[in-house]
Amino acid sequence: MTTVSGPDVDRSLAINRLRERRPIDAAAVDRFLARGDVPIVEGERCTFLFRGEADAVHVVHRTVGLPERIAMVRLVGSDLWYVVVELPHGSRFEYQIEVRRGDLHERVNDPLNPRVAHSPVGSSSVCYARGYEVPEWTRTDPAARPGTLTEVVVPSRALRRDVPVRLYLPARFRATARYPLLVVHDGPDYLQYAAAKTVLDNLIHRLDVAETIVAFVPPGDRLVEYANSAAHARFLTTELVPLLESTYPLVGTPPARALMGASFGAVASLSTAYRHRDFYGSLLLQSGSFVFTDIGFDHGGGPAFEPVVKFVNQFRAAPRRVVDRIFMSCGIYEPLIVPNRSMAHTFETAGMAVRYVEARDGHSWENWRDRLREGLSWIYPGPQKFFYE
Amino acid sequence: MKVILLGPQRTPTLGGVVEALELPGPIATVTAGWQEREPADDELNELLAGRGVNLGLYQRWLDVQTRDPEYAAAVRMQRELLDEVQELYLVRLDYAMRSAYDVQHRPSSERLRDDALAEAMEAVRDLDARHLDRLGHLHGEFYRSWPPHERPVIDEHRTAVAALMRDAAAVVVTGGHVGVLVEVLHTFNVASSLGPLVIAWSAGAMALTDRIVLFHDRAPQGPGHAEIYGSGLSLLRGVVPLPHARHRLMLDDAARMSLFAHRFAPARCVVLESGSRVDLESDGTFPPNVQVLGADGRVVSSVAA
Repeated sequence: MTTVSGPDVDRSLAINRLRERRPIDAAAVDRFLARGDVPIVEGERCTFLFRGEADAVHVVHRTVGLPERIAMVRLVGSDLWYVVVELPHGSRFEYQIEVRRGDLHERVNDPLNPRVAHSPVGSSSVCYARGYEVPEWTRTDPAARPGTLTEVVVPSRALRRDVPVRLYLPARFRATARYPLLVVHDGPDYLQYAAAKTVLDNLIHRLDVAETIVAFVPPGDRLVEYANSAAHARFLTTELVPLLESTYPLVGTPPARALMGASFGAVASLSTAYRHRDFYGSLLLQSGSFVFTDIGFDHGGGPAFEPVVKFVNQFRAAPRRVVDRIFMSCGIYEPLIVPNRSMAHTFETAGMAVRYVEARDGHSWENWRDRLREGLSWIYPGPQKFFYE
Repeated sequence: MKVILLGPQRTPTLGGVVEALELPGPIATVTAGWQEREPADDELNELLAGRGVNLGLYQRWLDVQTRDPEYAAAVRMQRELLDEVQELYLVRLDYAMRSAYDVQHRPSSERLRDDALAEAMEAVRDLDARHLDRLGHLHGEFYRSWPPHERPVIDEHRTAVAALMRDAAAVVVTGGHVGVLVEVLHTFNVASSLGPLVIAWSAGAMALTDRIVLFHDRAPQGPGHAEIYGSGLSLLRGVVPLPHARHRLMLDDAARMSLFAHRFAPARCVVLESGSRVDLESDGTFPPNVQVLGADGRVVSSVAA
């Protein structure tokens, strides 16, 4: 990915055609902005724009490989700022605009771009590069019969608290059938930010994914519980799953038990399976925070990562098969891409069947949402192969 | 007995076929592959000029599960066992097929490669055959342990189904879930009451064969391997129906499809697309001008057997 800005004049770019106009008055800028979406996507080049008085404007983001702050250039004689950034085909790019006025720095979502991605820590603007489309199966499909979400409060001695689990039962749920179980870390976030219920409804309706009971589990103190915590693993394995298996028509065998999580949630999934070998059959790990050190102690992740690094280092020193199948995904624009690539190999050498996919995306809920079809259909394939209409 | 296989009925041809046959009397229908939608057969019945009599096999199956929980539990355990057997087969099949594909694409001398490929495919065919035998053995064991005719609820339904089929001029078997179809066809012993003509398509066509081959190259997790699922009613031998072949198979990949054809030879892999019609007689003769997968992996017209 390279950035292009400043004096290069390529008349194929709308911004350069505007630059050549004289005079560039407010009306000309108004007309320019009214023409279409911002950022302007032209091939692999995306023109980011900001309009307003300022001393400096930057595009700020967390995409690995680009400067964290990309300076915008003021169009001479106007209050329009711009920068052209090259985004490869299929990229999804989250960013904000940083505006400096005197000593005041302000970070805001792009006022000219209505596309916003949400997460537990706030929202940011999104640029869809050419080739990226929001998968249609992430949107509500009126033809798909919806499953139901119910709340089950699980009293946990391991965690010393009651855990309010939201339980997804597929449409056409029957007590006489037998279902596989998927336990999802950061459950409420998956529901809120990754459209998990809509995705399940659609993928089950389309026979891509098996009818599955899904437990969306919320964290307590996330950075503690998800960082290789014995108590958390005990909660899932000796409290939650047995309770669900005694209450709902679940298959109740390792191949029909799966854990899923993103970031620290992926670490929690792996460490739970590691601590309770042969209990789970599959893992769905998204952008796992599998930070490790090959030498020394400088992992760069801060204190919260200490137990994670210790666990991952231990795993890498003696990799062992903890489940049969692992689906992994990671964005190539996130810092975790390197450890994830390495861990995919480590898992394979431990004898597990691994499906690893990458996307031109970052450490974000929409990236995780977009990979759910591949992941869920790998973990629990739907009955498509049985249907011939 | 005559069997007519049709292409998928999204654009229905059934009505014209039945009308031309000038069949006397009612026509029994099996829509169990549609599962919960089994009773939604108005359109089907219209194509049959209102003469359709739905055997209601799926509803009967649900009734058995409700009224004979002991048998239902045994069936569920059997299903879990069969699923496990299928999984083990798929693990082995994956290695065997990948080996064949690897050999096929290896830049060795043609003769050496062909020999190696033949051996690799022989291993696949052997695996398929053993799996089919194993499934047959497990089904046999189950039926010996749990004779369906000794279960009063099943027997009651079998009697009712036989009565409905007694005067039927033909039986029509629609598509849907092929596993469910085969299960109910066996459970209610439909084969013993079949008349002179069966018309079927999609999953219905597959359920009539002696070797059901599941296939789906366009799954979200990528192309899978075709797999043996067991035996259907075995009215058709040596035929592998491929409904929606163009949609479900990578027909453009001739090398891949040639292995598919070779794997199931001498059975004919019959391409059943919208508008297809294949008339088959029980004497095993295979008609000419049927779209089949050729040895080179391309779709060709059959010649008379």
